[in-house]
Amino acid sequence: MNALAYDGTAMVGRQLRRVRNNPGLAILTQLMPVNMLLFFGYVFGSALAMPGREYRAFLVPGLLAATAAGGVMTGMFQAAQDTHRGVTDRFRALPVSRAAAPLGQAVADLVVTALGTVPLLLVGLAVGWRIEGGPARAAGAVGLLLLFRFACTWVGILLGLLSRSEEAAGQLGASTFILPLLSNAYIPTGNLAGWLRAVAEWNPISAVTAALRDLFGNAPVADDAAWPAAHPVAGTLAWSVALIALCAPLAVRRYARGAG
Amino acid sequence: MTSTYAVLSEGLEKRFGEVRAVRGLDLAVAEGTVCGVLGPNGAGKTTAVRLLTTLLRPDAGSARVAGHDLVREPAAVRRAIGVTGQDTSVDADLTGRQNLRLFARLHRVPDAAKRADELLERFGLTEAAGRRASTYSGGMRRRLDLAASLLRRPAVLFLDEPTTGLDPASRNRIWAAVEELKEQGTTVVLTTQYLEEADRLADDIALVDRGRIAHTGSPARLKALIGAHAEAVLADAADLTRAAAVLDRLTGAEPVLDHERITVGAVCTDPTLTLPRLVRELDAAGVLVLDVGLRPPTLDDVFLRLTADTPVKEIAA
Repeated sequence: MNALAYDGTAMVGRQLRRVRNNPGLAILTQLMPVNMLLFFGYVFGSALAMPGREYRAFLVPGLLAATAAGGVMTGMFQAAQDTHRGVTDRFRALPVSRAAAPLGQAVADLVVTALGTVPLLLVGLAVGWRIEGGPARAAGAVGLLLLFRFACTWVGILLGLLSRSEEAAGQLGASTFILPLLSNAYIPTGNLAGWLRAVAEWNPISAVTAALRDLFGNAPVADDAAWPAAHPVAGTLAWSVALIALCAPLAVRRYARGAG
Repeated sequence: MTSTYAVLSEGLEKRFGEVRAVRGLDLAVAEGTVCGVLGPNGAGKTTAVRLLTTLLRPDAGSARVAGHDLVREPAAVRRAIGVTGQDTSVDADLTGRQNLRLFARLHRVPDAAKRADELLERFGLTEAAGRRASTYSGGMRRRLDLAASLLRRPAVLFLDEPTTGLDPASRNRIWAAVEELKEQGTTVVLTTQYLEEADRLADDIALVDRGRIAHTGSPARLKALIGAHAEAVLADAADLTRAAAVLDRLTGAEPVLDHERITVGAVCTDPTLTLPRLVRELDAAGVLVLDVGLRPPTLDDVFLRLTADTPVKEIAA
């Protein structure tokens, strides 16, 4: 375990240095939700029954959750990039703990995401979103958000390691943008057709969004929703723990075994 | 017995679906020697290296590398080896220095930063150390790659086609580094497509064909076995058959005619055949010769001769 901590720390350092050397992609990725907040908030918001300012406050937790879910895409792309280049061979031929590289990727991603979310929060505050639930609950919201991001990154790492090529991972990763569309992140789910509503409310992003809205004090929990969305904190914890428990060991095993 | 061999494999097998990439690889590399694994594309060289460096698990067979069992003690094998793969195995998004420091740390090198700088200096990369590896030329990247394999002096160093695609200057630097390592007593297993490279660096050559070792021996023995390549370029295509008869008589090998280039060639294992004699005999036969050569065997010759279905003994006889 000591070896894993040492190797893992070195790998976190590696990923953070990569971002620092080449920050363009990370900046673009983190600016995406800010653009979406402005676009959705002012363009779509004008067509919704909800008043614009109220919709933007509704939107910020949804975009935070959607950004966290973007860990699937980022994780997948980075893992695929690494596996299909020679550097992974060197790591695997070193006397290094087998979990170190994927763990390092997931932890470094968490650091980058935590920093990268700050602009979204600031712009959110500027366009009318507020923290209305007290600092302890707000801290809980941030904790849940990062836990969910961590879980999504592990899903991405596993998929990336299983992918046939960087391109395939890129395409599959890009298609994950529809996941937040099938949730309560951008719209209330109450008016959706029955089966679609069920899909949206069981979507983990809905649980996270509802938890954030609840903990930030932006909107009450919908009692009539499906279980994860109606008990969003427990729902987020359950989804995150389940995804990590499933994907992390499989990803480490896959990494240790190699592509051949 | 095993202690005198840095690498000793028996019947290593690896298949990918229907393809048997390596089928019964028996390789013995004595400690402190350089073994050149020579073979064409697709012969199984890279798969063999990936098996011996724990990157792939064999489907059958066994091997000991630096005294450790490949399958049962992979961690001990990894501690003892250095690997430079065919794809550049450094992180393109990190600088040269960041790469070496990272690998040094992962290798538990005591003073990682100092050791990284030493190797940057040794491979002429000090000036480029602060630049991302993605901006390096092919030769620089290969040097960085080799440096990364030497952070902790490995007992056995595996180099998979270390000079493929490099310009002559970069190639010479890699060769010099390998020769230096050999002097220091490091065992080197090196795959290559170039006979010249194996000839210069290797104590022993293992000729790999279709997933198994077709032949082993010192470069000199291998070349003696293959012989030289005698070739004559003629002025007139009508002389081809006559020239072929001369070559047949002198070399005892089946001459190959090239009507387009008006050339006849044959493999020659007779060390007493000299260039003047070849010219004289052709001239005496009344053949108009424009150019004539008696050249060391090329890899093509080696493969045509030693990896055909003919057993090696018959060729030697």
